[in-house]
Amino acid sequence: MKNSRFDATVLTLGFAFLYIPIIILVIYSFNASRLVTVWGGFSLTWYREMWSNQGLMDAAWVTARVAVISATIATVLGTLAALTLVRFRKIPGRLLFSGMIYAPLVMPEVITGLSLLLLFVSLNVDRGFWTVIIAHTTFSMCYVAIVVQSRLLTFDRSLEEAALDLGCPPVKTFFRITLPLILPAVLAGWMLAFTLSLDDLVIASFNTGPGATTLPIKIYSQVRLGVTPEINAICTILIGLVALGVIAASIATKRNEVRRQRDEQAAAAG
Amino acid sequence: MAKSLGPVKRKFSPWTDPASVPFIRFENITKKFGNFTAVDNLTLDIYEREFFALLGPSGCGKTTLMRMLAGFEEPTEGRILLQGKDLAGVPPYRRPTNMMFQSYALFPHMTVEKNIAFGLEQDKLPKGEIEARVQEMLKLVKLEQFAKRKPSQLSGGQRQRVALARSLAKRPKVLLLDEPLGALDKKLREETQFELTDLQHTLGLTFLIVTHDQEEAMTVSDRIAVMDKGVIMQVATPAEIYEAPNSRYVADFIGDINIIEGNVVSNQGAATGGVMLDCDGLKIVVDQECPASTGDRVAFAIRPEKVRLNIDPPTETAVNAGAGEVYDIGYLGDFSLFLVKLDDGRIVRAAQANIQRLVDRPLTFGDRVWVNWSRDAGLVLTR
Amino acid sequence: MAIDTLSPQPPSKPEPVIADPSRRNPARWLVVATPYLWLLLFFAAPFIIIFKISLSDTAIAMPPYTPVFEGFGKFGEFFSQLDFENYEFLASDSLYIKSYLNSLRIAAISTFLLLLVGYPMALAMARAKTSLRPILVMMVILPFWTSFLIRVYAWIGILKPEGLLTLLFQTVGLLGEGEQVQIFRTDYAVFIGIVYSYLPFMVLPLYAALEKMDHTLLEAASDLGCPPWKAFWRITFPLSLPGVIAGSLICFIPITGEFVIPDLLGGADTLMIGKTLWTEFFSSRDWPLASSIAVILLGVLVIPIVYFQNQQQKAG
Repeated sequence: MKNSRFDATVLTLGFAFLYIPIIILVIYSFNASRLVTVWGGFSLTWYREMWSNQGLMDAAWVTARVAVISATIATVLGTLAALTLVRFRKIPGRLLFSGMIYAPLVMPEVITGLSLLLLFVSLNVDRGFWTVIIAHTTFSMCYVAIVVQSRLLTFDRSLEEAALDLGCPPVKTFFRITLPLILPAVLAGWMLAFTLSLDDLVIASFNTGPGATTLPIKIYSQVRLGVTPEINAICTILIGLVALGVIAASIATKRNEVRRQRDEQAAAAG
Repeated sequence: MAKSLGPVKRKFSPWTDPASVPFIRFENITKKFGNFTAVDNLTLDIYEREFFALLGPSGCGKTTLMRMLAGFEEPTEGRILLQGKDLAGVPPYRRPTNMMFQSYALFPHMTVEKNIAFGLEQDKLPKGEIEARVQEMLKLVKLEQFAKRKPSQLSGGQRQRVALARSLAKRPKVLLLDEPLGALDKKLREETQFELTDLQHTLGLTFLIVTHDQEEAMTVSDRIAVMDKGVIMQVATPAEIYEAPNSRYVADFIGDINIIEGNVVSNQGAATGGVMLDCDGLKIVVDQECPASTGDRVAFAIRPEKVRLNIDPPTETAVNAGAGEVYDIGYLGDFSLFLVKLDDGRIVRAAQANIQRLVDRPLTFGDRVWVNWSRDAGLVLTR
Repeated sequence: MAIDTLSPQPPSKPEPVIADPSRRNPARWLVVATPYLWLLLFFAAPFIIIFKISLSDTAIAMPPYTPVFEGFGKFGEFFSQLDFENYEFLASDSLYIKSYLNSLRIAAISTFLLLLVGYPMALAMARAKTSLRPILVMMVILPFWTSFLIRVYAWIGILKPEGLLTLLFQTVGLLGEGEQVQIFRTDYAVFIGIVYSYLPFMVLPLYAALEKMDHTLLEAASDLGCPPWKAFWRITFPLSLPGVIAGSLICFIPITGEFVIPDLLGGADTLMIGKTLWTEFFSSRDWPLASSIAVILLGVLVIPIVYFQNQQQKAG
């Protein structure tokens, strides 16, 4: 019993620590006053200001496109990488390959960003929209690979063997059996890659060029000048979007869970 | 146990006919995984329309052998012939075999109908024909009203039948069954065993089953190959395997048996005087043709139900008999198993059918008893 | 042992059995080669280039360095041109050495603080009701999905002298009128920011390790006369060590190279190597020097990174 009171306290404090700063940020985005400590009444001023800030809106549009494109490429590459890790254990240089998958997860961003920039420069590639996409794809595909890998590890291989046995060639088997069944993990990987790209400041700063300023770069340059309520507003919108996405995903999962349980009950009943 | 001898089979024994041609032939097959030899220079023939069982403990290579026939593994050495054609290099999706998986491997995102149709769709059959064949299969396994359900909405027994229907839908030349009934409870398993034999008989297909369950193998199959450590120990009908095992391993693996080690005193053939053994004082005579010669170390094997148990000393006590006391009793419902400790310390197991409804046993621990058996009840095993 | 009767004869119904030419499937190689080549080109190759550029001279041109060698035909020239000037400079100026040491110090202290905060949370989550656990995990992951930059930014408004923490302390009477919390732009703010940002990365591996622990082990310990606090140190903690190691590595390595947090929350005297590298690159435009800073940082972190990879490979 002493344990449970201790646990409840720890969790309450821990989650308060995690959530209060975000909640404060959201609340103050509706503050009419420019000062953080003064509540000047409810207002949507900062949202209007944000909307009319062309630079911020342009950056948001760039970020959205970068995130969608890089997440999509990263999902394809990451899924292939996961298949390689789980299915083709005997490829030459497997250790190097898995090293290249795990290292980006912990590699300090300044190193990844700088080294990739130097590659682009030495290849005489102009930095801009596509270099940011390549940079984001490279590190987020590793996250996708980890997510999909953990699903593939629990995948029942006999399902694929059954398809082969029934006359379905390997590539077709992948698209008809494997992919539909690992799809939730692949989609989760896409969402992760999308938010990682949405989030990234350091790697994008190194690899961006004229006309490809992403939202984090824009936010960062404004934040360095001090807290501006406009930034609060755009942050609130980003948080809202992510929260919406996560809630939608968890509702979908929950519904699947409920359906599965109902199915099992129906099966037990005959 | 004797009850698992199975139903009386149709008169079918192509393996005894020297003119018949094997349908499947495993020819000097060796399969290595790294340093581990799963199958070791194995040769085996299976005939058309045969229900053939590969029986052995886990790790004996039986599943590997089946997976090589299905095409999931390539033999390291040797050939597999189906109707005389070498299967080497033919991928699983081009082989005329279909497999029923141990886990059933039903596609969870497809309905029962779609699962059964899957293999037919790969053959690009016309739609109407696929539908007709699916209906026929559903009827065969009595699942018509479950066509639109997903596998998760079915019970274990229903899933097993869907898996069977799916693997039969393509009318494979050989149906491979990998521990097909392992996940079912005992009662359902027994029912399904008889359904399987009926089905095989009706469809006239060749069935190859892999199992570690000896009762299952004996119930369903025409012939059994008992495997151990990648080699075949014996290939024979269920009755032969039970009544005439060729080795200590097979005798011990199938059913319950007493094994008594001893030396050959004389070997005069079944008709003239039998094989005479001296098992550390216990004299045993067996009417049997046996390749052993005088002085060889052999084993005498006898099933517990063939050992007679008496309260009074038998008339003939010189051979095939011993005295001792009841050491332990196992009541198993239909019969009781008595462990008799002979005067020389040896333990002999004797089964007694419980013919009467006995609550009070006539025999109890420590009672003095005599065991004996006839000259044709046991068997001399040379390996 | 098989009953071998006759050699195979022509079958009654010959069936065309076609050997598959694509047994060595080209699709298989496409699966392996695509991500492999991508990572070789965009992850591994850059490290060779960064190493090369760290050995070249600064120039004002764009790109602001003089190439060390052109093409692979000029290896002799390459070695004659090798120039360890940048590394000599790094070693001679105490600013850089201090930056490295301070980064390691901050990363070590933060990792310890993260363990201190994260372990009780992970333990509490693992001990919660089974039905509650997915929700708790979700609640830990959710902040991770929101932008890192936004979360660090949120702390500026709280920690700055005229910020919300000052207001709170003044309201409850801990601080008098006119007094202010002096945390912003100090190492303390950096610690708070790091612990806040990295907490999910610490809690999740710890939770994963604690959650799969067999509950009956503690009952067995208790049954054998071991009091709960002792059971924690002798059973729970040792069994959670893989999680402790994974969580610590996942936090320690990137914190060492952290840029955003020391830049936004730290003071001018908060030396961290990520910030130093950034300044050399963006302000001084000394790319070769920035590259040598990165190469040395990589050298410092190579052991924990390789250790992390090994752990992950074992787990995979």
